[in-house]
Amino acid sequence: MIRVTNIHKKFGDLHVLKGIDATFMKGKTNLIIGKSGSGKTVFLKCLLGIHDIDDGDVDFDGRLISEMSIEDRRKLRLELGMVFQGSALFDSLTVEENVSFPLRMFTKKSSKEIAERTNFCLNRVNIENANHLFPAEISGGMQKRVAIARAIVMNPRYLFCDEPNSGLDPKTAMVIDELIQEITQEFDITTVINTHDMNSVLQIGDHVNFLVGGKKIWEGSKEDVLHTDNQELADFVFSSELFKKVRRAARSE
Amino acid sequence: MFIKRILEDIGRYFILMKLVFRRPDNFRMYWDAFVRDLYMLGVKSLGLVAIISLFVGAVVTIQTALNLENPIIPKYYIAIATRESIILEFSPTMISLILAGKVGSNIASTLGTMRVSEQIEALEVMGVKSASFLILPKIAACVIFNPILIIISMFLGIVGGYIFGTSTGMISGTDFIKGLQIDYTPFYIAYALVKTVVFAFVITSISAYYGFFVKGGAVEVGENSTKAVVASSLVLILTNYLLTQLLLG
Repeated sequence: MIRVTNIHKKFGDLHVLKGIDATFMKGKTNLIIGKSGSGKTVFLKCLLGIHDIDDGDVDFDGRLISEMSIEDRRKLRLELGMVFQGSALFDSLTVEENVSFPLRMFTKKSSKEIAERTNFCLNRVNIENANHLFPAEISGGMQKRVAIARAIVMNPRYLFCDEPNSGLDPKTAMVIDELIQEITQEFDITTVINTHDMNSVLQIGDHVNFLVGGKKIWEGSKEDVLHTDNQELADFVFSSELFKKVRRAARSE
Repeated sequence: MFIKRILEDIGRYFILMKLVFRRPDNFRMYWDAFVRDLYMLGVKSLGLVAIISLFVGAVVTIQTALNLENPIIPKYYIAIATRESIILEFSPTMISLILAGKVGSNIASTLGTMRVSEQIEALEVMGVKSASFLILPKIAACVIFNPILIIISMFLGIVGGYIFGTSTGMISGTDFIKGLQIDYTPFYIAYALVKTVVFAFVITSISAYYGFFVKGGAVEVGENSTKAVVASSLVLILTNYLLTQLLLG
């Protein structure tokens, strides 16, 4: 579980995160939603330690980030997996080398063990016969799945995904969402997903946090989203006619 | 404003260098990166260096011969002039300037693209010392391989001078060999190699700085690659003067 307490982040005079409290539960897909510029990505990067927090704290299963030494933070990073918006696969490495990279860098496993673990992760995300291809030679959906395989190869306790299905067609986006949810439950990971895809919210949103202007103004499950009275959330989630119909149908049940 | 920006750049450059020279996480992975960079930045420059050296050696010989068309001046002076020009200045400095363009833009654009496509952030999230892992092998590869390139360049430059000088009848083979041996100063080779090592460090570290801190997208990657070549060429020329003053002055 990750517990965030009153975190603030400023860039010069720009106050991006204005005291966010949130809890991300283990074995659940925890979503952060909000409009562009609401602070979602900065929030995620603060959790990952890419940005230093100005105030507040993050608690990773009883380990407060403010009390960690640099070495402790480095060790914590080995427990984090991250799927970037653009996949962020290393261009010069093959699919197999990308997935095995953290194992080769941080473990003393034999080549055989590394190959076994790499193939297990690639099979888990349904990638076959692509081990020796380069990222530029595979589709966007496959790149996302390889990125997921790389993120889980070290058996992380925490998985972070920044808009994992952006730029994908609806069907592939759904496959990626389902894959992340399955992996979260199967490996009992605390997963935090940053998205503004409403299909994702209604499909895999075990716990949803809604950010507006650097503040969290609402939280609940995907079912709560359907029945919310919060006008800002409703305007954001149900902006299209299709989603308005979905909401009306859900509320009339 | 301009001076403030330069001072900021210098400060950030030294902070980056402090991050680069850290203990590697995994020597095997650094070695693999080093071998890859040795091939990409060094071996792949061999063809360019060979062709330029061969023809510049020829041009230096021909121009010197044309300027020394005097019966009083012995022909072997042509070879002496060719040797000194190539060893002292052409190979270490001009070839390094050419490498600043080729290798420098390669390093800056590679790192810049990795930055804008979040590959560097991906390394940092994994806990990899990104600056060290990405830049140290490149610096090591160039510092080790550039002197080899420069020695090859010196050899081919003189060979080019010999081939074109003798084939055009401007100097006989015997005179050329005699000229190469007269007043030969071995320290000049050491001076050229010291310059080359310093230039290799300047080119790789400055280009890496401009690539590593790219912000934005494809346009900024291109802009920073240009800045990397310009800045490393300017620092190289300035360093050339300082080293010449120190070692030969």
